[in-house]
Amino acid sequence: MLAALEGAVTAAVLALTAIGLSLVFGVMRVVNVAHGEFYMLGAVIAWSVATSLGGHPAIGFAAALVIAPVVVGLLAAAADMTILKRINYDPERTIVATIGLLYIIQQVTLMTYGPEARPVEPPFNHRLALPWVEWGEQGLALYWPWGLSTTSYKLAVIGAAIVVLLGVWVMMTRTKIGLIMRATQLDRDMAQAFGIPVERVYAIVFGIGAGLAALGAVLIVPIQQAYYLMGADPLLLSFIVVIIGGLGSLPGTVLAALLIGMSDGIISVFFSPTLAKILATLLVALVLVFRPQGLFGTRAA
Amino acid sequence: MLRVEAINSGYGNAQVLRDVSLDVAAGEILCLMGRNGAGKTTAMKTIMGLLPLMSGRITLDGQDVGRLPAHEVARAGIGYIPQGRRLFTELTVAQNLEIGLMTRKSGPHVRTRVLELFPRLSERLNQRAETLSGGEQQMLATARALCIEPKVLILDEPTEGLQPSMIEAIRDVVVRLRNEGVAILLVEQRVDAVLALADRVAFLENGILAETVTPERMRTDAALLKRYLGV
Ligand SMILES: Nc1ncnc2c1ncn2[C@@H]1O[C@H](COP(=O)(O)OP(=O)(O)OP(=O)(O)O)[C@@H](O)[C@H]1O
Ligand SMILES: [Mg+2]
Repeated sequence: MLAALEGAVTAAVLALTAIGLSLVFGVMRVVNVAHGEFYMLGAVIAWSVATSLGGHPAIGFAAALVIAPVVVGLLAAAADMTILKRINYDPERTIVATIGLLYIIQQVTLMTYGPEARPVEPPFNHRLALPWVEWGEQGLALYWPWGLSTTSYKLAVIGAAIVVLLGVWVMMTRTKIGLIMRATQLDRDMAQAFGIPVERVYAIVFGIGAGLAALGAVLIVPIQQAYYLMGADPLLLSFIVVIIGGLGSLPGTVLAALLIGMSDGIISVFFSPTLAKILATLLVALVLVFRPQGLFGTRAA
Repeated sequence: MLRVEAINSGYGNAQVLRDVSLDVAAGEILCLMGRNGAGKTTAMKTIMGLLPLMSGRITLDGQDVGRLPAHEVARAGIGYIPQGRRLFTELTVAQNLEIGLMTRKSGPHVRTRVLELFPRLSERLNQRAETLSGGEQQMLATARALCIEPKVLILDEPTEGLQPSMIEAIRDVVVRLRNEGVAILLVEQRVDAVLALADRVAFLENGILAETVTPERMRTDAALLKRYLGV
């Protein structure tokens, strides 16, 4: 029960991060190796915003929730226009370029923010005892066992992630910008032949993708801490999720995030985090061998 | 209306077109013919700005469109019906049309008019483009291009693989547009269709625009077809 809740928090944040990666890959066919660094930047910016604003932790956190994804998104869009556009979105060269970007962001953070891990205070944090049902003397009974509790903040993280994911889905399926993104994804040349400024769409998508990673990081930073190397794990897990879910498939990505996040949480609690990672990697290998388009993918990448 | 002057273009370092010039007036149908691989599609893509111009000029009503970024060429008023249709396959009929309408911010009356030309599409608005029949897909590709209210319409082998009644329907629309004053550049392989439609015929041979003739000349001079089309 507790493990499932921990898993759900992991899954929620992972879904946000992975959906960003998936969006960028789906629309732009760019494998963004620097995605984890945008996540890390989100956490670090959240820390700086939260600490520079005094007052109640909720104020700083709320500001970070808005500022961090926007700043990271703008940075990413700028990186797209100055670097990725120059190399014409060539698949191999974008991988090399984003690896370069990864180290630049990481080292600049190390030089400015430093090597420490720093916490951000959650905006609210009540302990919530969780009820448990058991077959007792008078039949089915509800009771609150000692130690079985979560915090309101963790539930809020899950709720926020669901809201944002629904928002992304609505954007992609119901809005004009979503239609433009999907047209660009389906046929870049024809999109241009119908007046779609593909380069601007790419910059926006890259920005949104990075912003989603940053948002995930802001949500997690009151639970974990902001640290300049924190981007590696989410990057790996996001790749796993995106591969399992089917490259570029949004529903697949969410389901895979749930699968990986939940199993990661549960296995980490009962066994060890290493085992969880090993199993996830094994799952990827199996998916790649037996269903290269991903569990929910519709077409070959 | 559309004037192409001595353009050179191709793919990367592989040059395909060499000093190709042609022009289409308003209310005129210019047919472009040539063997497979002669460079017809390459010429269309270059006009649409999808391939970089190595040299030469492309103007629309005097406006230089050859140097515009690709997405602004369509906005200048050139509608493109590409070879193989190239619909947005996973989007619905209505969404494909909406992309066309967005190009030049055409009003709802344009949509109504286009759907009047292709009533079969209005019965299938919520169907995904990839599930349409070949003929319906060609209708949609045509309708999408008409959504931008083009001054110039470029059609690259629109009748490839279609049955006679469908070819007839596409032809009627092309003639109607010509009568409304649209300049039409049509790539077509079938000689009888060209003879029935064209005001002038241009022959492309190995990336070079060899000759432009009248349909009468084409009808009488069998050597012409032998030389440029191999028939
Ligand atoms: N993407 C590409 N990259 C490199 N070369 C290409 C590309 N597309 C076409 N070519 C080459 O350009 C030349 C002209 O091709 P193009 O498609 O313009 O011919 P076409 O006249 O339209 O032929 P068809 O009648 O078969 O449609 C061919 O030699 C072809 O191999
Ligand atoms: Mg062709």
